[in-house]
Order: sequence, then C-alpha cells, then structure tokens
Amino acid sequence: MSRPGTLTVYRWELRKLRAQKRTYLGLGAAVLVPIVFSVAVAIQPGEPADVPFGRYINDTGLAFPLVTLLFGSIWFYPLIAALVSGDIVANEDNNGTLKTILTRSVERSQVFFGKVMAAFSYSILAIILSGVVATIAGIIVSGFNPIPTLSGTLETPEQGLLLVAGSLAVYLMPILAISSFALLLSTVFRNSAAAVVGTLMFSLLLQLVVIIPGLDGLQPYLLSTQFNSWQGLLRTPADWDPIIRAAWVCAAYAIPSLAVALTVFLRRDVAGG
Amino acid sequence: MSEQPPVALRGLTKQYGRITAVDDVSLTVNEGDVFGYLGPNGAGKTTSLRMMLGLITPTAGEARVFGHDPQKSVDALADVAGFVEAPRFYPYLDGMTNLRLVAALDGNEAKTRIDEALDVVELTGRAGDKVGGYSHGMRQRLGIAAALIRRPKLLLLDEPATGLDPGGMRDMRALIARLSAEGMTVMLSSHLLAEVEELCNRVAIVRSGRIVYEGELEELRATAGLTIRLRTSDDEVALRVLSDRRGISDVTRHGAAPIQFRAADEAAIGELSRALADSGALIFELAPSAATLEDLFFELTEGEGDAQAEEKRLDELSDLTGGAQ
Ligand SMILES: Nc1ncnc2c1ncn2[C@@H]1O[C@H](COP(=O)(O)OP(=O)(O)OP(=O)(O)O)[C@@H](O)[C@H]1O
Ligand SMILES: [Mg+2]
Repeated sequence: MSRPGTLTVYRWELRKLRAQKRTYLGLGAAVLVPIVFSVAVAIQPGEPADVPFGRYINDTGLAFPLVTLLFGSIWFYPLIAALVSGDIVANEDNNGTLKTILTRSVERSQVFFGKVMAAFSYSILAIILSGVVATIAGIIVSGFNPIPTLSGTLETPEQGLLLVAGSLAVYLMPILAISSFALLLSTVFRNSAAAVVGTLMFSLLLQLVVIIPGLDGLQPYLLSTQFNSWQGLLRTPADWDPIIRAAWVCAAYAIPSLAVALTVFLRRDVAGG
Repeated sequence: MSEQPPVALRGLTKQYGRITAVDDVSLTVNEGDVFGYLGPNGAGKTTSLRMMLGLITPTAGEARVFGHDPQKSVDALADVAGFVEAPRFYPYLDGMTNLRLVAALDGNEAKTRIDEALDVVELTGRAGDKVGGYSHGMRQRLGIAAALIRRPKLLLLDEPATGLDPGGMRDMRALIARLSAEGMTVMLSSHLLAEVEELCNRVAIVRSGRIVYEGELEELRATAGLTIRLRTSDDEVALRVLSDRRGISDVTRHGAAPIQFRAADEAAIGELSRALADSGALIFELAPSAATLEDLFFELTEGEGDAQAEEKRLDELSDLTGGAQ
C-alpha cells in the first residue's frame, strides 16, 4: 500500500479548487482584465504615457502584458493571489472539515504543504493565463512588432516575446510572496474574508510606507518594489541586480510567513465544527 | 495478543480558561469492548474524543490509542477511525468524491471499500449529490461510511445516533452490534442510558469533566439493585410472604399500584416465586423495574453540585462496587 503524502494532499487540493467558484472568479478576472484593457485601447487609441511601455501600446502588442503587469501590481494581482491563498486554510475552518482530513493518514505538515503547493499553483496559473491573454489580445490590437527596451534599443518581436515570458516569470516571485502572506493570515485568522482583505491591506500599506519621511530608504526592500524588478530584463544589457534582490527580498517575506503559518497549523487545537 | 489497549486515558485534562472541560480522566477500553461514554451536555465527552483523535492538545495527562500518542503523529491513528460531533464534509463536492478524498488520504486500499460502505449506510442512491444538499442524518451516515472505509480496529463515535430517524437509529445500533461481533472495539459517547444499555458492555459516566463511575454495565446494574414489581391474586398474602424474607428489602405498596421491593439477587426472586405459589398468592406479574438504573444515572449526573453530598454518594457507590471507580 502506497503511503499517502504531500502529493496526495496536493492533488486533492487542486480537485477542491476546481470545484469552487472562487477559483474561477480569480482566474476569470485574471483573463478578463487584459481583454477589457485591449478592447479599450482598440476603441480609443489614447495611451497611458506615464508608465513604462505605455507609450508603445499602439506600436506593438508586446507592450500589453507589460503594462498590465505594471498596473496590476498595485492591487489587482495581489487580490487575485489572495483570493485563493487566503481561503485555502480558512475554508477548512469554515466547513469544519479539518477534523475530517486530520484524522486520516496524513500528517498536519503534509496537509499544510499540499495546500501551499496548491495555492502557489493557482497563483502561477493566474499570472501566466493573464499574461498570455494580454499578449494575444495585444498582438491582435497592435500587431506583433518590435518592442523598444528601457535602454532605447529595439528588440525583434521574437526576442520581445521571450522577454515578456521572462518578465512574467520574475513577476511570480513577489506574487508567491503575497500568496505566502495570505496563507499565513488564512491560517491565523481562520476566516477567508479577513485573510483576503488583510493581505490586500498589507500590500497597500507597504506601498505607502515610503511616503513617511526617513523611511524612503526602505524602498528597495519592500515587497511592492519587487513587482517592478522584471524591468531589469528589458534593458540592454539586462540588469540582473533588481531581479537578484527580488529573489531574496521575496524569500525574506515568504519563508517566515510560511514558517509561522506552519507552526500555528501544527500546534492549533482543532475544535468547533 | 498482549498488545496495548485500544484506548488508555491517564489523568487526561483539558482546560479552557476557567472551564475544566475534561478533569483528570483515567480509563481503559479493552479489545472487544463496546464502551459507552455517558454524560449530559457539556460533560466533556466530545473534548475527550478530540484528544484521542489528536485534534486538540491535552492540558495535562495523556491519551493513548493502541499505546501510541496521537499528538505525535497520525501513525497512532492507523487502526482508528471515527468522528466528533457532526461529521463534516466538503459541501461543494458530492458524497462519492468526499469519500474518495478521505480514502486517498488513508492510502489506496480504502478506495476499494467505498461502494460497500455506501451500501451499508444506504447512501448509494445519493452518492452523486453534493453534500451541501444532504440532510443531517445523511451526513451522519456519510460520516459512518467514511469511518468504515478505513477498516479500523477501534471506532470512536460521538453520539452516533443523534439526528437519525427511528429506523436510522435502529440501523445504527444494529451496525454497531454487528461491527462489535466482527471484532471491532467501539467507544461511543451518548446522552442516552437506554442506548448505552442496549449496546455497551462497559460504561463510564461523566459529569462536569469528571468520571463518576466506570465499570461493567452489569456491576452498575447490581449497584442500582434490582427493584421488582409484583402483582398477585392476593397482595395481602403476598406482603406477608415478603416480610422478613432473606434477600428481600424495601417492600412498599401504594394503594392499588403493584408492590415494589428490592432483591439482593436473582436467587432470592426464585425462592420468592416458589413461596408465593405455596402460599396461594398466584403471580400475575413479577418483573424488574427499569427505572432504577435511570434513577441512579440521574443521581450521578444531576446532583445539586453540593460537593459534600456528592462525595458521600460517590463513597457509597464505590463501597457498593468494591471501588470499581
Ligand atoms: N473550544 C472550546 N473553547 C471553550 N470551551 C470549550 C471548547 N470546547 C468545549 N468547551 C467547553 O468544555 C465543556 C465540555 O464540552 P464538550 O463539547 O466536550 O461536552 P459534551 O460532553 O460533548 O457535550 P454535548 O453532550 O453537549 O455534546 C463545555 O463546558 C464547553 O463549553
Ligand atoms: Mg459533544
């Protein structure tokens, strides 16, 4: 008899996500927003010139996913990630089902890591879907044309497509950090609304911290800053510094969040329900 | 098998703020027992079962199942299944998928027993429906099915018959009796003395977190004594026969109601029936009165909270049972 473990939990967490409306709400929004944006650009060819790449949306479809990433980092993508990550533990409390799964043959830690993997999978899927849809919609509206980098050089469309893919990948780092924080709140609050709102507040507050005089030095170490680190890829030559910093700053947010969440999950009393 | 007992609680205590939900509970459930955990609302039954299932951490003492500590690893629960309070499932999945889910978390083998378990609890026809639409009794049945697919050696059930219709209650009791006959050890909590009397060989009576009696149900019956109802063709003669008989005491008679008395044992009753026949008072009814065990139960679980009176009762009880507590 094969022993059930984290992978078993992971598979069934995905199965549960597939059966919940919340999952489709998140993925649906992740797809819909770039489509609406593209339609708006097609109808009214103004351009958001105040953000990087905003000037190029009428020249190349490859600018669409990049502009979406920029706008989405303020609250949209964090919300998408928190929607499921903030619910994935609290949902069990809400349904009283923790006692059901914790009295079978999987350890609490395996249940927890299965949930982390499922929440991460969902967040990754949401970002990739959103990016792919934005790219396709953008190409339909503005064509598959060369894209200017932040250094002023011009990349071929094929090279540009690779850079977009790379940017999405780098963007996943802060997204997974947000997911981890949402998991922490989900575990601690045992209430999904509180966890989702709490994660969003946290994300917005971090963006405000730098307004406080004297705290602007914190900027490079804030989670919100890491949402822009992918721009390093769009320089010639590529600037890896912000990306490397994003890797460890995001880890510094994610790992302690998950460690505390795991500790709470292992120790908590499962009463009620 | 000289194995560890299915359940061993030693000084088990759970404190919630000022409330001591479970207070220094020690008991052993042996292999083959159907053990009744009997007590009124808030007595601490569910809390004890939660600790046996590793869901909550004891404040003090320990709970062991088959010698293992469920606080350390779910491995301790390898031969254990059951539920506390109402069984809960994912409302957005159907009954079958819920069972597949818990079976997957048990290991592969459990999956092969799903159909049979659904059949036993008579849910086969509804297995494709979302659990969110199940009635309370159906969820209770699904909970039993979820426990059965684990094929446990020890079944822990928290008020299993609660919320079932009379037919369902009967089926549930029949199922427990059958599982027990097949060798499963069962521990069930209940409010109902009658249920425990019907199913269990051993019982612990709890009140405010403390065990006030633990032992064989037979012993408890003996403690309660046998109160016997008697109706005859000539009660005046019968009263004379009863007076000063060895093993007979507390003879009472209120108007036209049947005579009541206490008998030390069944032999005394046998002797009495012969003496009555000889005296010419023909027996219409000679039957144990069921009320006595019930009375004892209420006495044990409902006292005024007067500590001294309580202690006295307990002393009396443990004298009678030879310190079974
Ligand atoms: N999570 C909790 N937090 C605070 N108090 C609790 C908690 N769980 C139980 N209690 C308290 O512990 C005591 C015992 O509760 P428990 O649920 O074990 O009783 P029970 O014997 O199962 O009762 P019932 O027959 O009503 O199911 C009660 O006073 C209850 O209020
Ligand atoms: Mg209870």
